[in-house]
Amino acid sequence: MAEFEPKIVAFVCNWCTYAGADLTGTSRIKYAPNVRMIRLPCTGRIDFMLLLKAFDQGADGIIVSGCHPGDCHYTAGNFHARRRWIIFRQLLDFIGIDARRIHFAWISAAEGAKFAQFVNSVTAEIKKLGPYQSYQKAIGAGIE
Amino acid sequence: MMDELRKKAKELLLAGAVKVVIGYGKGSGKKARPLFARRPEQADKLIFDGSCQQNLAVYLTKPELKALGRPAIVAALPAMRAILQLAMENQVAEGLLVVIGLSPEGKLIELPDFKAMEDYLAGAALELTAEQKAKLEKIEKMSPEERRQYWQDQFAKCIKCYACRAACPMCYCASCLVECNQPQWVPAPSHAIGNLQWHVIRAMHLAGRCVDCGDCERACPAGIPLSLLNQKLAAEVFKNFKARAGLSAKQEYALGVFKPEDKENFIK
Repeated sequence: MAEFEPKIVAFVCNWCTYAGADLTGTSRIKYAPNVRMIRLPCTGRIDFMLLLKAFDQGADGIIVSGCHPGDCHYTAGNFHARRRWIIFRQLLDFIGIDARRIHFAWISAAEGAKFAQFVNSVTAEIKKLGPYQSYQKAIGAGIE
Repeated sequence: MMDELRKKAKELLLAGAVKVVIGYGKGSGKKARPLFARRPEQADKLIFDGSCQQNLAVYLTKPELKALGRPAIVAALPAMRAILQLAMENQVAEGLLVVIGLSPEGKLIELPDFKAMEDYLAGAALELTAEQKAKLEKIEKMSPEERRQYWQDQFAKCIKCYACRAACPMCYCASCLVECNQPQWVPAPSHAIGNLQWHVIRAMHLAGRCVDCGDCERACPAGIPLSLLNQKLAAEVFKNFKARAGLSAKQEYALGVFKPEDKENFIK
């Protein structure tokens, strides 16, 4: 059987990480093709429900990435997002959603190499964890 | 003790200082029910004892109540916190309501303004009880898989009646994300994923705002331990941001502000 190829959804901000990923491409750096990018205006726009919806659609792993603290295009979007994530991760952990499947990073527009390396390391880790069966089983469980 | 409360309510209604007194009346069996006294003689039906658990602040934001005119509200500690939190969120304003404060023993507390309420709360015990802490720790000590199973079993009982939302003084949004169907954030039927998502949304939207009155859990017909989620997030908000909801009418929403030096250890 072929090796398990995880589906990874990356929620990235328009100004830093998306531009960083662009730089990865123009620099001809190769990275794992498992990632599907979703571009949003700012990390502050990344509602926690978007992450859960990604799992609904069969994602095995999630990347959330934006500008470094202090570099936000809208001054403070990433600071607000950081506070929300600190709490959200605790909630996920508390209700038993695997927090190892959601990865966060600050990646600037100049860090094309960091983007490639981050995607590769996340892909490798999700590959090790395998498909997110417990969640996918719940999706198929039907009406209770 | 109850006479004091009735006397005060009657005075307020007779003087025309308020149009309605929200308090507790005798319900069926051993239960109390909310009582809305609009005439002085109705104030005699007010009671306050151990059965009076409901957080009456939930009614303050209801349009039906607002239509009645200036209210007075019988408030024990959780309701006081709810009122301050509502004030901080600009849902109630000082001077537009009268708070009839009650100590846990049912003694009348003079609360002429929000400042007095803040002072009273500053001296109140807000920590979780040993029993509540033990319940939280029991879940924290489980393995992730056990936790997942525990909550899946709990959420499986959910019938999506949204009684938890109706009972919550902080869930006052006129249109809730749950009713939104473009996109459908939360699947409407009672389904494993839909139930999970509803409870995640509820907990997240109350993080840093919940005053821990426990009305959601009391209202739940399926007996889901909803307070655990709220208490866990309140504890995390306090641990990380040193903020507690409903202690001042002027404080900031913990997830609505930030500090550049906020600490985390998971962002690479």
